[in-house]
Amino acid sequence: MSIYFDGEHELFRREYRRFVENEVAPIAAAADRAGEFPVQVLRSLGKHGYLCIQLPEQYGGASADVMMLVVAAEEMAYASSGIDASLLVHSVIAVNPIYRFGSAEQRARYLPPAASGDMIGAIAMTEPDAGSDVASIGTTARPDGDGYVLNGTKVFITNGCIADFVVVAARTGGPGHRGISLFIVDAGSPGFKVARHLDKLGWRASDTAELLFEDCRVPAGSLIGEAGRGFYYLMENLNLERIVMAADCVGLARAALEQAKSYALARRQFGQPIASFQDIRFMIVDMEARWRAAQLLTYEAAWKLQREESCTLESSMARYVAGEMVNRVTGDAIQIHGGYGFMMDSDVQRFYRDARVMTIGGGTSQIQKEVIARRLGLVGEQGVAK
Amino acid sequence: MHVAVCVKQVPDPSGVGRLDPATHCLVREGVEVVMDPGDEYGVEAALQVAEATGGDVTVVSMGPAKALEAVRKALAMGAARAVFISDDRLRGSDALTTARVLAAAIARTEADLVIAGTESTDGYTGTVPVAIAELLDRPALTFAKHLEVGDGTVRIHRQTEVGHDVVEGPLPAVVTVTGGINEPRYPSLKGIMAARGKPVEQPTLEELGIDPSTVGLAGAAQRVVAVEPAAQRAAGQVVVDDGTAAARLVAFLDDLKVI
Ligand SMILES: Cc1cc2nc3c(=O)[nH]c(=O)nc-3n(C[C@H](O)[C@H](O)[C@H](O)COP(=O)(O)OP(=O)(O)OC[C@H]3O[C@@H](n4cnc5c(N)ncnc54)[C@H](O)[C@@H]3O)c2cc1C
Ligand SMILES: Cc1cc2nc3c(=O)[nH]c(=O)nc-3n(C[C@H](O)[C@H](O)[C@H](O)COP(=O)(O)OP(=O)(O)OC[C@H]3O[C@@H](n4cnc5c(N)ncnc54)[C@H](O)[C@@H]3O)c2cc1C
Repeated sequence: MSIYFDGEHELFRREYRRFVENEVAPIAAAADRAGEFPVQVLRSLGKHGYLCIQLPEQYGGASADVMMLVVAAEEMAYASSGIDASLLVHSVIAVNPIYRFGSAEQRARYLPPAASGDMIGAIAMTEPDAGSDVASIGTTARPDGDGYVLNGTKVFITNGCIADFVVVAARTGGPGHRGISLFIVDAGSPGFKVARHLDKLGWRASDTAELLFEDCRVPAGSLIGEAGRGFYYLMENLNLERIVMAADCVGLARAALEQAKSYALARRQFGQPIASFQDIRFMIVDMEARWRAAQLLTYEAAWKLQREESCTLESSMARYVAGEMVNRVTGDAIQIHGGYGFMMDSDVQRFYRDARVMTIGGGTSQIQKEVIARRLGLVGEQGVAK
Repeated sequence: MHVAVCVKQVPDPSGVGRLDPATHCLVREGVEVVMDPGDEYGVEAALQVAEATGGDVTVVSMGPAKALEAVRKALAMGAARAVFISDDRLRGSDALTTARVLAAAIARTEADLVIAGTESTDGYTGTVPVAIAELLDRPALTFAKHLEVGDGTVRIHRQTEVGHDVVEGPLPAVVTVTGGINEPRYPSLKGIMAARGKPVEQPTLEELGIDPSTVGLAGAAQRVVAVEPAAQRAAGQVVVDDGTAAARLVAFLDDLKVI
């Protein structure tokens, strides 16, 4: 048993792993091939009380701590990082701003159905001209009568096609991060539409869309918290986002690592298992050591966040190290599988494609490094947004 | 209705179990242990009866300290409380002793209905539940693949080779369930968190009124005298298709009387 987890975490890990093995693993490859998020997984998770677990019980959650979220992300990503991506966006990233900064009405309206899986959430920050530099978004929300009118385009939005509600970052004030507010926009709101479903290299089992807001009118009650505070609300969740994404990397890498190990022991060339060749053996040692290092860094960051200690340095490091690690580990897993790993019916090729986004989505490796550099006192506070 | 359900922790059936050649006991070191998958059906059946009748479920288990994990899982699934008998003196107990201990623990509960698995995945003598019934002087209704309780009665469908018998008995009673009677629930996280606060009573042998000299290896009337590895499976037969393979496969299966 690890110092980071207690009996409840272990029991949850075992049971959730069994759920994932039975309900998710069998459909993971097909969902990837189809390029579609299997919505029934989310509904089933909701039915079993496995969505939005960090929310208090009154909203349908289980008051789960950060370590529990880490366990859930690791175990789901082990079967499908793509499916996990959709789930993390729904359960954690879209829901948390509503829970933490939303009104009583907003909480009552969106949280219970999100936890039960009856509603799916998305969060829309990124725009064609504003990626890493979130503070430069151009989508506007103009006060109009007793509401707001939204105009702009959002891109790469996970769950965009299937969402019942989208937390949208839009500009209500002047330029820069102080002019940004968050709104909850319901699917079907006049002027809001899904421009297109986006086809991807990896994470194909998650849904990704471009969204369009054309004179989209929303009521005043859809503003989350105070106008102009949106950027801060997003930043408040950033460490948790980095940590669960790092945990996803760790889970996905474990899947690749296990397959690589068993293949290296089973595959024989030159009359012996390929694991007996030093170059293969050491490759696995390297994968294992890097995986373990990333895992422990992730646990450490999560542990600090759980104790409400400042953890921006650790969470950015975990996110950076885990993102790079999972690319290397899944790549090496293909190398160990030789030509079989290059075939589309192998699992490791899916792991490899799913891993690729891990140095890009939700804050690129370069941005994490800038954040770390700033924490190390190497650069000033200016210039880096995400 | 108050329901008691027997839960045993066993080595993970998906792993490879080993017996110690000297002691003939199961090698427990480094072995993953889980709630017996057969007992998951029992817990689910017990919860369904309790939910339908507005009652509750008491988990009863005997095993080494680590078996508390299986008890916790049953609590996480929704049982209200547990009686867990874990006493070093019980090490090496046989099936009859296990039944005596469990029966004594059940007798202290208010349960009208006792549910157990048909046979455990590791020991699979299939004798513990019926021994409990005998010791408690209650009818045993076995091999249930369907279970319903009425006014003072319990009725089951007992699986047979050709179909099922409908068997009814008066309560209180003991019922053993088979796999497929239901779909055991996954404990929700809320259930897992709630399990922490549920009472787990851990009575001593003395409190159960059992003479310690009659339990454990010394008290066992049943003794494992030898353990041997199972014979290696013979190499399979490869049928190469020269146009007659289908007919030969049919003949082969016909010989085995499976078609
Ligand atoms: C599959 C997927 C799902 C996504 N889901 C969502 C979602 O649900 N909601 C949402 O709002 N967004 C989502 N995103 C967007 C994601 O967060 C952005 O892609 C990411 O922040 C990077 O932005 P960009 O793609 O515009 O790249 P850019 O910011 O244009 O970066 C291009 C390159 O320049 C580098 N770069 C940029 N700035 C710096 C700098 N200061 N120093 C050094 N290098 C720099 C980057 O590291 C990168 O290599 C998703 C993206 C993907 C791929
Ligand atoms: C080779 C061998 C080695 C053994 N080693 C050990 C050992 O190291 N330590 C030890 O304590 N015992 C040991 N035993 C004893 C054995 O585990 C007991 O006989 C067992 O508890 C009951 O027998 P069974 O598993 O065949 O139960 P079955 O009669 O097949 O079980 C049917 C149902 O009864 C209930 N049940 C059975 N046992 C329990 C229990 N303990 N708690 C709650 N419910 C139960 C369950 O619902 C189960 O599904 C060993 C037995 C054998 C054959």
